[in-house]
Amino acid sequence: MARGTKFVDSDILIIGGGFGGCGAAYESRYWGRDLKIVLVEKANVERSGAVAQGLSAINCYMGMQWGENQPEDFVRYARGDLMGLVREDLVYDIARHVDSTVHKFEEWGLPILKNPQTGRYLREGKWQIMIHGESYKPIVAEAARKSATEIYNRIMVTHLLMDKVRANRIAGAVGFNVRTGDFYVFRAKAVIVGAGGGSHIYRPRAVGEGMGRTWYAPWSTASAYGLLIPTGAKMTQMENKIVLTRFKDGYGPVGAWFLLLKSQATNAAGEFYEKDRYPEIKERVGHYVDIHPMPTCLRNHAMLEEIKAGKGPIYMHTQKVLDTREKEEIGWEDFLDMTIGQAVVWASQNIDPKETPSELTTSEPYIMGSHATCSGAWASGPEDCAPAEYQWGYNRMTTVEGLFGAGDTIGGSAHKFSAGSFTEGRLAAKAAVRYIIDHKAQPPEVDDEHIKRLKEAVFKPLEHYRVGRNEIVAGTVAPSYIDPLQGLQRLEKIMDEYVGGYSMFYVTSEHLLKRGLELLKMLTEDFESIGAENLHQLQRAWELQHRIVTGESVARHTLFRQETRWPGYYYRGDYPKLDDSEWHCFTGSQYDAKSGEWNMSKLPVHRIVPGFELLRT
Amino acid sequence: MPTYTDMTRCDGCGDCVDICPSDIMHIDPVYRRSYNIEPNFCWECYSCVKACSQNAIDVRGYADFAPLGHKVRVLREPEKGSISWKIRYRDGRRKEFTFPIRTTPWGSIKGPSEYEAPDLSGLTSQLLAHEPTALHIDALPTLKRA
Ligand SMILES: Cc1cc2nc3c(=O)[nH]c(=O)nc-3n(C[C@H](O)[C@H](O)[C@H](O)COP(=O)(O)OP(=O)(O)OC[C@H]3O[C@@H](n4cnc5c(N)ncnc54)[C@H](O)[C@@H]3O)c2cc1C
Ligand code: SF4
Ligand code: SF4
Repeated sequence: MARGTKFVDSDILIIGGGFGGCGAAYESRYWGRDLKIVLVEKANVERSGAVAQGLSAINCYMGMQWGENQPEDFVRYARGDLMGLVREDLVYDIARHVDSTVHKFEEWGLPILKNPQTGRYLREGKWQIMIHGESYKPIVAEAARKSATEIYNRIMVTHLLMDKVRANRIAGAVGFNVRTGDFYVFRAKAVIVGAGGGSHIYRPRAVGEGMGRTWYAPWSTASAYGLLIPTGAKMTQMENKIVLTRFKDGYGPVGAWFLLLKSQATNAAGEFYEKDRYPEIKERVGHYVDIHPMPTCLRNHAMLEEIKAGKGPIYMHTQKVLDTREKEEIGWEDFLDMTIGQAVVWASQNIDPKETPSELTTSEPYIMGSHATCSGAWASGPEDCAPAEYQWGYNRMTTVEGLFGAGDTIGGSAHKFSAGSFTEGRLAAKAAVRYIIDHKAQPPEVDDEHIKRLKEAVFKPLEHYRVGRNEIVAGTVAPSYIDPLQGLQRLEKIMDEYVGGYSMFYVTSEHLLKRGLELLKMLTEDFESIGAENLHQLQRAWELQHRIVTGESVARHTLFRQETRWPGYYYRGDYPKLDDSEWHCFTGSQYDAKSGEWNMSKLPVHRIVPGFELLRT
Repeated sequence: MPTYTDMTRCDGCGDCVDICPSDIMHIDPVYRRSYNIEPNFCWECYSCVKACSQNAIDVRGYADFAPLGHKVRVLREPEKGSISWKIRYRDGRRKEFTFPIRTTPWGSIKGPSEYEAPDLSGLTSQLLAHEPTALHIDALPTLKRA
């Protein structure tokens, strides 16, 4: 069948219309009035990405107008929470700009709750503010639509394109329209990737009909990493997977319950277990146990130890705090705005949070860069405060020329969340506009032969299915291909059992990781025979490919870092303690697509905000 | 199922197909009505439920952990700027809530090109669009070095 190829040229190409992508669209139009700005999205920007169903809080807001926090305070917080390892220049940069983003959101129509006494935004916690956020994404999408020259929905981007002559220069991206099956070639002078983090890299706790109820959205397919890694862009902290303590099964977030409603969690006997675990945690991580607030991973760790000791279920005592209608509404809205599945769990299991406590548990690990974790690309920092080793040109540019990132894409910069990811999109876009102006004389060149080969590769799974299914009567078992779900479940099983998933209580080791890498290699080979029944399954196939590449990167980084820096996120059973003498550094990797080799390195940690002490050993 | 479509209400308009972030609401070629083709990739995000003008889509919680007999129903009214929920428990108890969703008219956001064009010398400064005004402080903070 002759399949159409469509060429779209632009100055700036934005991949992924989530929070990073929408921020990038807005800011690039602000500075680049005459530029052609194209945004390409695999779903529909109106409701795409991690915020598709809404949010009930903005988790990153300084409140500088009221003197509530300064950017330096935020750096100290993120640094403490990540056990010392964040790119302070990037975190600082988000913090000093994020308030202007939030004020714009409010002006656009996002309802932000106010404290009736002070008139300020209602604080959920020190960094979080409460919103009526059911329409958070549609509001932000409206701003993006008013900014981009063209928006292409329902195009799954499969590969980034490199320049024909300059080996380390970006030239665009390719993908296909999930409805029409047309092949798209996007050529651009600068590319900003905001394609989001990864769920379903690890086996989820529900594996039947409920496998879609992961905490991070099932459509967060790690494309940010799956697109970048094959270009040779340097990645960092890919071992820094995140595990979340959440309401069991529905994965309703706990922030508003702990921080605003002041609810508490105990073991089944009603005991507050965290303080009892203090000596054991101190043994593992030394004085890091005294960081305030206690790092997210260590709180997970205390809970896991309690569960292993048979002292579960762990309960959130919602019934003790919902004493007014107002608080009951806050509790319910928290979920109806962002995790409706939790409300469904309550209704189905006859749990009225006013009367009955709810179980908490730890999730499977996710790979992302915007939450209490910082996996992603190694990026150039802001000119005025990034140390020289963190600066090679343009803010948020990866190690590939002209390739920028935002949100989950960018590593080392934890605790951005929604508003911070949007802000990072703005930072990347402004830098990209400058990059284009500086490089006016050199539009990118793409290699037609390469594009032809990519087109064949992109649609090959349809061909495999068409041919292979003639060998069988019916059903899903075929000798010559596996389908995307079968491949995904193999990936999840490997990652779970060898790279520290929940069934192993997040433990792994050198031997397990090496065996896992052998199995991942075979899965990578089998992807070459993946079969897709239709265009929807073709999308699933390429989502799987992005997840496999990401999974391998996670395994390699986990193998490289010979310590347990974040107990509660994962454990190296063979190196059970935190080791600052060897590992007070970022991990780096660069994949060479020609040789298939991964080049691992240690990257330096520079402090730009005072007030940090190394572990005294 | 997570989402399922009511045979008698759906008119096959395709709005749910357009909005689903997971690309799993499809029109059945025989019945010309929508259905969830991949319930195990459904997030119960309710984007399709909210988008359906016929109220034809409902959610039955994931079979893995949600016992039968519950309902979480929603009515989103963009023009009123609010959303209403009706929750029915397995044991018949009920709860109702209404929350605001937006404070300004839909479509009213001022796009970036509606502002005066910035001086491009600003590209080398650290200020983003509308800063420092939008920060609600006098100037963008700069790093206080140790
Ligand atoms: C349940 C939950 C609760 C949360 N709670 C809060 C909270 O209370 N407060 C807060 O501030 N933050 C919260 N967050 C975090 C916040 O949602 C993320 O930090 C933020 O959305 C990350 O932005 P992003 O742009 O990197 O990714 P996303 O917003 O996920 O955007 C990625 C976009 O890329 C698109 N895409 C992906 N792959 C491709 C591809 N191959 N081709 C084309 N397009 C592609 C996706 O469809 C999507 O639109 C929460 C997230 C979840 C899931
Ligand atoms: S939006 Fe409603 S009426 Fe339209 S196809 Fe979907 S279920 Fe049917
Ligand atoms: S609830 Fe969300 S994920 Fe499920 S079918 Fe509807 S729009 Fe798609």
